[in-house]
Amino acid sequence: MASETPRLRCSSQGSVLVVEFADRDVLDDVAIRQINSELVRQIEAAKTVHVLICFRGVEHLSSAALGTLITVNSLVKKRSGQLRLSNIKGTILEVFRITKLDRLFQIHDTSEQALAAFPKS
Amino acid sequence: MRAACRALNDHMMSTSNTGFDSGNVNVSASAEELEVLQTSVASALTRHAYGEHALFSIRLAIEEAVMNAIRHGNLSDPAKTVEARWSVGAESATFHIIDQGEGFDPAAVPDPTLDENLEIPSGRGLMLIRAYMHEVRHHGLGNHLEMTFRREAVA
Repeated sequence: MASETPRLRCSSQGSVLVVEFADRDVLDDVAIRQINSELVRQIEAAKTVHVLICFRGVEHLSSAALGTLITVNSLVKKRSGQLRLSNIKGTILEVFRITKLDRLFQIHDTSEQALAAFPKS
Repeated sequence: MRAACRALNDHMMSTSNTGFDSGNVNVSASAEELEVLQTSVASALTRHAYGEHALFSIRLAIEEAVMNAIRHGNLSDPAKTVEARWSVGAESATFHIIDQGEGFDPAAVPDPTLDENLEIPSGRGLMLIRAYMHEVRHHGLGNHLEMTFRREAVA
């Protein structure tokens, strides 16, 4: 069951809510606020507990977007789920490394690898 | 949208005989003019043949500097603006981001990479600016940030 929201594309794969960004830049405040509220709404409405955020097509990311990911991580953990990230291009991966957030998040090269790493329910 | 068009009209841009492109734009609390600033800077960088990583680095640093100035400098006061002055030459690109706030002590900003701060959602802007630009200076009370990207420093 897939649903379209303006900033995100969400679908369910087994016990995992899979989220992709509709925009190539996840930078500006208005967009990030929308993404934040859409993500929280989708996660709270989802029957699944785990979340995969796929960065396919994303070219830019700001610290405000990192803040949203941290908020989402806390929310998912509170629901006893896991958040995994995938398909992050090199320049953006560098942002995760510089901020040491690659230690906080579970990052996979591909969404297939990420999906395989979630616990089987 | 109207504000963005006005920003484009107000955005003073020039190309000097010395080979520098420069510009000056005032960004309001809604940050609508930020995209105009980013587009103008990216065009100038492309004209001077800066690479993709330079464009990525500078776009990120401008985003972080202007948003910090709006949020933490001007406290999102709609009556206040952030002045962004930029200059792009063959060897370096320099940016001045000036807010109308009371300034701050850059040394007092907590290190967001420490384990105890890793899960705090904010406070990473300044460290990203320092990581991606080659020179970062704070003038006055701290409400004037100057940052420079040097092309030859890129591997």
